[in-house]
Order: sequence, then structure tokens, then C-alpha cells
Amino acid sequence: MTVQIWTYIIVALTFALYIGIAIWSRAGSTKEFYVAGGGVSPLANGMATAADWMSAASFISMAGLISFMGYDGSVYLMGWTGGYVLLALLLAPYLRKFGKFTVPDFIGERYYSKTARLVAVFCALLVSFTYVAGQMRGVGVVFSRFLEVDITSGVIIGMIIVLFYAVLGGMKGITYTQVAQYCVLIFAFMVPAIFISFQMTGNPIPQIGMGGKGADGMYLLEKLNGLSTELGFAEYTKGSRSKMDIFAITAALMVGTAGLPHVIVRFFTVKKVRDARKSAGLALLLIAILYTAAPAVAVFARLNLIHTVSGQPYAQMPAWFSNWETTGLLGFNDKNGDGLIQYSADAMINELTVDRDIMVLANPEIANLPAWVIALVAAGGLAAALSTAAGLLLVISSSVSHDLVKSVFKPDITDKQELVVARLSAVGAVVVAGYFGINPPGFVAAVVALAFGLAAASFFPAIILGIFYKKMNKEGAIAGMVVGIGLMLFYMLKFKFGIFDGGKTAVASLSKDWWFGISPEGFGFIAMIVNFTISLTINAFTADPPEEVQEIVETIRIPSGAGEATH
Amino acid sequence: MSKSDNAKKYWKENLRYVTILLSIWFSVSFLAGVVLKDFLDQYSFGGFPLGFWFAQQGSIYIFVALIFIYVRLMNKLDKKYNYDKD
Repeated sequence: MTVQIWTYIIVALTFALYIGIAIWSRAGSTKEFYVAGGGVSPLANGMATAADWMSAASFISMAGLISFMGYDGSVYLMGWTGGYVLLALLLAPYLRKFGKFTVPDFIGERYYSKTARLVAVFCALLVSFTYVAGQMRGVGVVFSRFLEVDITSGVIIGMIIVLFYAVLGGMKGITYTQVAQYCVLIFAFMVPAIFISFQMTGNPIPQIGMGGKGADGMYLLEKLNGLSTELGFAEYTKGSRSKMDIFAITAALMVGTAGLPHVIVRFFTVKKVRDARKSAGLALLLIAILYTAAPAVAVFARLNLIHTVSGQPYAQMPAWFSNWETTGLLGFNDKNGDGLIQYSADAMINELTVDRDIMVLANPEIANLPAWVIALVAAGGLAAALSTAAGLLLVISSSVSHDLVKSVFKPDITDKQELVVARLSAVGAVVVAGYFGINPPGFVAAVVALAFGLAAASFFPAIILGIFYKKMNKEGAIAGMVVGIGLMLFYMLKFKFGIFDGGKTAVASLSKDWWFGISPEGFGFIAMIVNFTISLTINAFTADPPEEVQEIVETIRIPSGAGEATH
Repeated sequence: MSKSDNAKKYWKENLRYVTILLSIWFSVSFLAGVVLKDFLDQYSFGGFPLGFWFAQQGSIYIFVALIFIYVRLMNKLDKKYNYDKD
């Protein structure tokens, strides 16, 4: 059977599974729609969180990025896992105890203010929309390469599937489809990784294979360092960014992870405080399986690519080379006309352009793996993109129906009506996300990485202070969030889009002006510190929060049941 | 012991655990994987330079372990202060 037929079969089977689960788990009340009724087991929530978290970026792009960044790619590995330690130790248990539906809910009630809630809604929508557009785009790319439909049809098919289970099932439907999607995506990522690790090092465990020796008895990393230097790149295990920047980006991604509404809200769905802690641990364990294999895949893929391509005659390239050439993600321009592919860090000599994304998608083909493995990767990429998109759409729809309509504009609507509004806003959100997936404003990819900075600069300090500092008042928190997210937006617009200095073309030359040498990706860390500082300063000069709010804080510090007994 | 005393002591012990665990979290990632990375790279761990290993493998394993240690510690603490009933 060909790769294409395998892909159709596997993708169709997984989609049928997701739809089946959606019909089985329809939501009947707003509590089911927002937090799956609050009775999800820690393991199911751990799996759902892992799928929710691992997006098209983790599945498709991350290993490829690391493959070209070497040590510098560590920022994603540490940043996107370390945030869970913060979540488990500082946020999840207390937010679960607080027992509301959304992040703006917490901010609004803890800071006894509609303004605070509205600021939080604005931040949640900004973060989630930028993030979701990238996911829909990922769905389109996978469809177009593996099923040979154009990107637009791919996005529309993806939209219909997500619509189906997000609108019907709300959080309940999303949770159980995410459990299935986790299984699909981890299987799809690990099977080729294990195959390739075994092929290259004789050890089937990629995490160990990465530090192992190739057939020639040389350590893979040593060999890759040597080849990289030969071709003019930085040594793979050294990297080229400044320490300060690596530090800041890692911190921004960690704190951003802990502040992302679609991740936080998953911890509202478990029964007890104890379950919230445990499911954060399980989620990270399940995520770590992919995150420790990804750097290994990066090393294998880079070595394979250099081996197969560098200095070889173009005429003898295997079939995958031309397949990917037609998608425009791989390009060869024979500058010196010798028919050989020159691959080099020197732009004058280099004849090969490689899009980072194909390193995972093409990896099984490059390594000559069976057709069904290649098809599996397509299904895995779709599972990763759809599960994250669904989680984000739920945040968007609940921000609108619960935090705007129910809490601000029309407090007297019934549960049934609110459910209708929630479903309608989910439809609206899918359509908007789909539109951006089909017509990506040039900056989507850039903004997805910055969504973390925005979350770090806005939510994280407000939530932490809300839990750990009883006397934190609304004036401080609101000012902190506004200044934090404003500063982050400013830095992003200035240094990522160059809008104050003549547009995109000026961006490259602006990097010498970065504050403290920190790139826009890492600036969320600075904006977060500014947020904390402003919050605490304003707080010192304004009135303490009311007594009953301070009592709420006391209550959330104590795990369920027993806590209620003390009051 | 009054109820609010009980709650205060519980919170204090919780904060102590969190501080200790977060210092480990900081050391294995920001220190071993970034600040001290070049120094640690003179040693190797199998085929890995040690600092590079912390940045791309070790820190992640330790993160997972830290959360499970916290879960255990807190479950014990909940019991000790009688907060384990639902």
C-alpha cells in the first residue's frame, strides 16, 4: 500500500474516533461545558493536559528547530517543561480550591473588581487568538502535504472536526478527545524516533541513543559537532546566543506556560486539590516522554540530512527530496552549476534551503521507514494541532459567554441560555481562527512564540500575588497587568515588527538595541518583573483589600473540605 | 490548637517545601543548564557534555521527579494537619 492510502486510512480512523467520543460526551450544563462537570480523574486530566499543551509547534516544529539551533534549542525544552513545576507548586492546587470556571473568574473575584476581570478577559483573548491561528495553520500544512488537498480545504476540514466536538461537548467533549489524541500523538512521535535510534545507534531508546555511538564507533554528538564546524556552523552542543538571552527566554517560556489560560483551566476539571497536584505531575511525565525524545530526534535528523544531502549529486536524491521540493519547504539552487548539493553556513556558497518543519515530517522518509509509520506521523501532527486548538477555543468561548455576557452584561441569563451563548461563541471563535489559518497575517508564527511573553507579563504575577500575598489589592494588580502587557506589546511591536523604525526590514538591524541584550521572545521575563514591581509599589500606597477577600485567600490555601470546615 | 493556628502552621510548612523544591528546580535548569553550562561541559556523561545534558535531558527528568516528590510531601502534610478529609 502507498503512503497516501495508509494516511487516508489512519487519519479517517482517528477522526471517526474523535467524533464518536464527542457524541458520547455531550455537555448538558454550563458546568459540564466549562469544566467537564469537575469530575475528571487525575490520569485522564494529565493526558488531556499533555495533549492540550503539545501543539503543532511541539510535534511538528520543535525537533526541527532544535536540529538547527543545537544547544540554543534548549530554551524550548527547559522552558516548556519547567513551567509545570511552577504550575504544580504555585498555582494548580489553589486555583482548583478556588473552584471557578475561568482564569478571569479568579482575577475578577480575587481582586473584587469588574475592571480586573475585563483586563483579564482582554489578555486571555489576545493570548488565545494568537495561539490558535498557528494551530489551524498547522492542520492545513499537514493536510496539504500528506493528503494532497490544498491548505484552504485542509483548514476547513480541521475546522469542521473541531467545531463538532468543541461545540457539542464543550470541556467534557474536549477532555475525552484529548485523551485519545494524546495516545495518537505520542505513539506517532515515538515510533519513528525508536526506529531511527535503533538504526543509527543500535539502542532503541532515543534518549539514550542520543548520547550513544554510531556504526563507526564515534559518539553522535561529537560527530555532529565536527560536521557542523566543517560546514561553517556553530558547534552543535555550544550554540551561539548570549547566556543572558538564553536565561531570559527560558524564564519567559516557563512563566508563560504557567500563565496560559488554556493550561490553567484544565486543573479546574479535577475533583480534589490533591488530584490537581497529582495530575500536574502526570501531565509533565507524559509531556516529558516527547520532550526528552525531541532533542534526540533533532540530532538524528540533522546527521541524516547532512549525510544524505551534503556534497551529493542532485540527480541521485531519493524520492522524498522532490516530494518536499514541490511543497516549497525544501529547495535546491545549483549556484555553481556542478550538479552537487553544497550545504554550508555561508550564504554565498549554500545551495540548500530547508524549512525547519520538515525535519519531523520528513524524518521517517529520510530514514527509509515503512509507509505506515509515515502515515502515522501525519495523524500525530493533526492530533497535536486539533487538541490544542480545541482547548484554546474553549478558553475563548468561555471568556465571552461566562466572563463577558454572564458576569458583566447580562447577569440574569439562565444556565440554559448561557450554554447557548457558550456554543455560539465557540462557533464564532472557530470561524475567526479558521480565517486566520487560511489567510495568516505574516506575523502569526512570530506571535505564537510571543503569546508566552504576553501570558508571563500579565497573568502570572496577578495570580501568584493573589494566592501568596493576602494583602494584594485590586489597584496594584490591575496596574501591574496593564503595564506588564502594555510593555510586552510595545517591545514586540518595536523589535519584532519594527513598526516604529520603518517596518519588517528594519528588524534585523534593531537587535543591537535590545534592552539588556534580550530578544523579544525573552522579554516576557523582564515585563513580568516590571509587573511584579508595579503591583507591589502601587499596592503599598493604596488601601488593603476588604476583610472578606483576605478570608478567601486563607481558604484557598487549605485543601478541600477541611478548608470549608474552618469557616 | 485553634483552627487558624493549624492553618498557619500548615501554610508555613508548605512554603518551606516549595522553597526547597524550587531551589532545586532553579539549580538544575538555570544554573546547570545555562549559567554553569560551559564549566560543566568539561565533564562528560556518556556521549553528552554534562552541561548540555542538563539543558536537554537532565533538567526535564528532575522536573518530573520534583512534582511527584511535592505530591507525596503534601499528601503527608494534609494528613498531619487533618486536611485530608474531603
